[in-house]
Formats: sequence, structure tokens, C-alpha cells
Amino acid sequence: MCVGCCFSQHDFLHRAGVNTCTIHLAFPGKPHHIIMKIHEYQAKQILSESGVAVLKNQLATTPEEAADAFEKLEGDIAVVKAQIHAGGRGKGTLIEKPDQHGVQLVRSAKEARLVAENILGNKLVTIQTGPSGQTVRKVLVEQGCRIARELYLGIVLDRAKKQPVLMLSSEGGVEIEKVAAENPELIHKEHFDPHFGLQSFQVRKLCAKVGITGTSVRSADRFMRTLCKTYVQHDCSLVEINPLVITEEGDLVALDAKINFDDNALFRHPQIIEMRDKAEEDPSEVRAGDVGLSYVKLDGNIGCLVNGAGLAMSTMDIIKLHGGEPANFLDVGGGANTQQVTEAFQIILSDSNVKAILVNIFGGIARCTTIAQAIIESSKEVGFTVPLVVRLEGTEVEEGRKMLAESDITIISAESLTDAAKKVVAAAG
Amino acid sequence: MSILVNKDTKVICQGITGQAGAFHTQGCKDYGTQMVGGVTPGKGGETISSLPVFDSVSEAVSETGANATMIFVPAAFTADAILESIDAGIKVIAAITEGVPVMDMIRVHELAKEHGVHLIGPNCPGLITAEECKIGIMPGYIHQKGKVGIMSRSGTLTYEAVWQTTNMGLGQTTCVGLGGDPIVGTSFIDLLTLFESDSETEAILMIGEIGGTAEEEAADYAKTHVSKPLAAFIAGQTAPPGKRMGHAGAIISGGKGTASEKVTALESAGIVVAESPADIGDAVQKAIIGHQGA
Repeated sequence: MCVGCCFSQHDFLHRAGVNTCTIHLAFPGKPHHIIMKIHEYQAKQILSESGVAVLKNQLATTPEEAADAFEKLEGDIAVVKAQIHAGGRGKGTLIEKPDQHGVQLVRSAKEARLVAENILGNKLVTIQTGPSGQTVRKVLVEQGCRIARELYLGIVLDRAKKQPVLMLSSEGGVEIEKVAAENPELIHKEHFDPHFGLQSFQVRKLCAKVGITGTSVRSADRFMRTLCKTYVQHDCSLVEINPLVITEEGDLVALDAKINFDDNALFRHPQIIEMRDKAEEDPSEVRAGDVGLSYVKLDGNIGCLVNGAGLAMSTMDIIKLHGGEPANFLDVGGGANTQQVTEAFQIILSDSNVKAILVNIFGGIARCTTIAQAIIESSKEVGFTVPLVVRLEGTEVEEGRKMLAESDITIISAESLTDAAKKVVAAAG
Repeated sequence: MSILVNKDTKVICQGITGQAGAFHTQGCKDYGTQMVGGVTPGKGGETISSLPVFDSVSEAVSETGANATMIFVPAAFTADAILESIDAGIKVIAAITEGVPVMDMIRVHELAKEHGVHLIGPNCPGLITAEECKIGIMPGYIHQKGKVGIMSRSGTLTYEAVWQTTNMGLGQTTCVGLGGDPIVGTSFIDLLTLFESDSETEAILMIGEIGGTAEEEAADYAKTHVSKPLAAFIAGQTAPPGKRMGHAGAIISGGKGTASEKVTALESAGIVVAESPADIGDAVQKAIIGHQGA
């Protein structure tokens, strides 16, 4: 729970502008549920600033800028890469022009302009975007390089060992999850202490395993150890270089880069928060985050409003168990004041798929009377267009149920979890 | 007997002068916990809920004999607060705060283990030994002294489970909220060991969720180290991969950490797994009966 804003009795303080959350302490007015993602070009910016080798590149938002970028890079070859918050862009294709991929080789400024013109403003469909694809607003123009070899390199948190781990595989450029599933012995791992960092002997071990020899070992040492330092310094949750390229000259360079962050640590990285691209995010999820709600949109037609992440997941589960399909995950948290409940309802109802809503609240510190009051007040503002099933349990439950029964709004009351699930599935039709 | 805390435990609150700290200190006091003081650097000498406030944990410990702490310090400073308590010799730390950076926890968790400290959390509701000692934010009244040891990664879902076991007359010994983050101070395995050797705990209930492999590891451990009846529920059967479901640790990544994998692992260890969150109490009852029959 957020020790600041969960305290619903003091939401008058919040309305008066007194914020006590960590994020609010550091950055007044900032939301406290940001799920941060960045583009490839931003990841490469971070790597470049940290001293990790990337190819020369330039961002372009118009075909002219792309042509200009090609000129500036001064090579015979460049690559034009669509920038969206999704992977699989190389194999992905444009909806309007299915023969055009998200990553293309160009040999002149003219070609760069043409490719950029095809890509920019159009929707790219990749294995990660879903069939409706994502509009491309930016492209990265990157210098070509002579590739001798492609590998995979990733750094993640090993939760079981409670340490970050660097994973290296000679199977670069392909689906690493497939390799992990079918040939786990081809993924080599070295754990490292965040303070100490990756050691040179560990780099040598990894090089031996994938056949990196000669001067490339020195390049590998610089690349991998610096990358591990970057991972720690930026509070990353994932750094993925796929492919990691060894050039014909024997140097390691990141051909692609994906960086995810520990959202809990963003408060100490304001420059990373600046990199946020809301246009790439689901608008409902952005809206929810802005008021401190956790919201994930799903495909079903039963909206959920719950306090507590575990209970919220369980609510989705029990709906499914009784033949329904949840439309969303939503954790209103420990606070659940009128403002948040109203916003939560509006977000849920903005999804046109929703045919019924289940409110499942177990009041601990948050009282059922407070929740009931919030539901009644927000219904006046929202105006429910679909059936509402409410199941309350916990502190002051009898009073809370009474308040709802005596109110003007039409509520289908449920007592047990099972009762609630059955009723909302029936109501959704 | 119960585990970790009981009516004799003396508890301080770090961050007692903050809204949440003050409110929950009173809540624990009302429940019957021996709250003996609080710590907010710079506010030593003040009084909250008739309790003395100290500038440091070591001062609080030497003045009050405190041996447990409840931390309500903002996330940016939580690691420091935990380290201070470890340094002062406190052996049970409940870090309630949500939003603690993972890198901070990597360092803190190591130190806690080195010093034999039971660190509960962060991002957790705390722990409670029914009718004896509540250290956290859970509603006390739903608990009843009884026979089930509960360990959970959730907050309100735990209250559901507690409520079901209370209504069935099973009651609880100690309930521990592990916390929703990817790295927490105490694991299911740590608690299985404690519950197994607790004479009052007759059955153990695990509430897990998607993300990580804690449940699978616990299932494996239970096969050879736990003789008492075990039941479980795993939240997130319907969670989509790659999405963080509220808790920082509730995310299926790289295909790992799915609910179904966890259920399979638990069932293969002979643990009774509730299919529905409404049937958690029933699963415990089933486990107890099944165990008697064995």
C-alpha cells in the first residue's frame, strides 16, 4: 500500500494539495503508477551516454528528416527502423502496405525518404502489437555495419537468486524464449552483485562458451561490464540487446536495444520519466495511473473494481470460473475515496465492451460505508448504463449494504464471492 | 505458540509521526499489541498515541526493550530504515511501504539474512498472531485464535482467506503477508520451516499469485520438509502475460510464473489447491481431513 495516499480519511488533505507519497514528495503533481517504456532510440541514447557501443544514428519524424539523416550518417548503407513500443518490428508489416517491413535497408537519401514516407503515419503490425497494429510516428535512421556475427544478450533480475543475471546466447536475432524452451543449454548465465558488477573473468567465461576470441574479448569486456553498470545505475528491470553484433572488425555493438525500468525506482530518475511517450500507451491505463489506480485492459465484457491486487486478480479468476470474461483488472488500492471510485467507473465504462460491472471490496482499514458512499456519489456523476453488482465484506459491512439498499441507484447486491460472480455473469448476458 | 510474534513482543513504529504510521500504531495498540514507541529522526521527544517518539532506533531499543518494528517510512527511505533496525539489533521487521526500488531490496535482503533478521515485506500488510499481536494494517477483528498458519503475497485476498477460515471455526495461529514485490525479505520456505515446528499450527495455507517461482520452490521444499496438511490458492489464472497486475512482482515474463505452472507444482507435492477464491477455507478443511485419513 502507498503509505501516503492510501489513507482515505485524509483525502481532504490531498484535495488541498498536500501530497505525502514518495513520488509527490520528489515531484509534486506526478502520478504514482507509471509503467515506463521507452523507444529503441531512447535506449540507445542511454547506452551511448553510458559508454556502451551503439551505431551512429539519428531520429526522424518526417521523410525529409530521414533523407537528411542518411546524408549526415555519411555511409553507403543505412537502416530505417520504425519506432514503437513493441518488438518484432523487423518481421512486422504495415497494414496499408503489407510488403513493407518495419525495418528496412536503404542505400541512398532518396530511398530513406521513400521508406520513411511509407512507414510514418501508418500502422505497423508485429507479433507483439496485436492485429490492429500501432501507428508509427518516428523512425530511427542508423548507419549500416558489416556484421560478422549476431548474438543475444540480456540482463534481468533473477528473482530466485535475488541478483541480476547476464544471459548470453549464440542464437541472436531470434525468439529467445523459444531458445530458452527448446535449447536452454545454449543460454549462458553469469550472476553479478550490483555493487561489485560483472567481473572480467566472467566475461572471459562467457566468451569461451560462445566462441568469442582474440581482440573481440577486450571489446566484450568493455561492452558487457559497462552494460551491467548501466543496468544497476539506471535501476533497470530488463536490458535486452538482440541482436548483439560482432562487426567484421571484431567489435561488439548493440544493433537493437530494449530497456525496461523498475517503476518503483523512477522517483530517482527524473530524466527517464521525461522519456515517457504517452501516445504509445493505452489511454485508459494512462488515465488510471494519473489518479493512482492500477488498471489493465482485457478483452472481456465484465468490468471489475476491486481493492487489492491479489483480490482483483482473484475476482477476474472467479468471473472466468463461472463462465464470464473480465474486461479489466483494476485495483483501487487502500484509499478508495469518491474521486478514485468515480474515475475508476468512468475508465471501466469508457470500454464499450463492458456489459456489467462487479465491485468487490473487502474493507479492512477502508470501511464499507466509505465505499458505499463513494459508489452512491460517483453514480450521480457517472450515470450507470450497465448493471452493477456490488459485493461488500469487512469493516461496517452491514451499514454499507444498508446504505446501498436505501440509495436511489439500482444495485444488484451479492453476499459471497460466488454469489457475486454468478450474478454479474448473468447480468452481462 | 505461533511464530515470530506474540503477546510479549514489544513493537516500535518507524515513521510514527506520519499519517499512516500514527493511524496504524493506534490500530495495533487497540488490538492489544504491545506498542512501546516510535522513531522519526528529528522528532525525538514528541508523543504519539501516548507513546514516546525517539530520534533513532537504537535509542528506542535501549529505552523500551523493543524487539520488533513496523515501518511506514516513504519508499525512498525504507531501505535506510530497515538497515537502521538491523543495525540496532531488531529481529522482526515489518516493512509496510509500497514502492521500494528492487536494487535497494537486493542489498537489504542480503544483510537481513546475514544477521538472522526476519524481514517481512516490503509492500505488505504486515503480520499478526491472532488475539495476541498485530503488526500491520490488517483488520484485527476478522482473525480468531485457531490452528491455521497463513502465508500470503496479497493483502485483501489474505483477509478473504482469514475470514473464511474464521467462519469455518478453524481460526489462525499467525498470518504473514510476504508482500507483493519481486524481492521480499521472507519466503514461503522460511515460513514453512517456522510453521512446521510450531506446536499450535496444525495446517498451513499459502496464498500465491503469478510471477516468479516462490510457490514452485515452496512446493518442492514441502515434499521433504513439511508433514502438516497444506492448502493453497493461486491468484491470476486469467492474467495475461507480460503485464504487471498491480503488484510489482505479479508479472508473467518469459513464459515463466504462470498460475497454472504453480498449481501443477503445488498439486504434485500433495497440496490441496482451491480452484476458486471462494473455496479457500474449504481447501484447508479438505487438506486437514485428507491428512487425518492418511
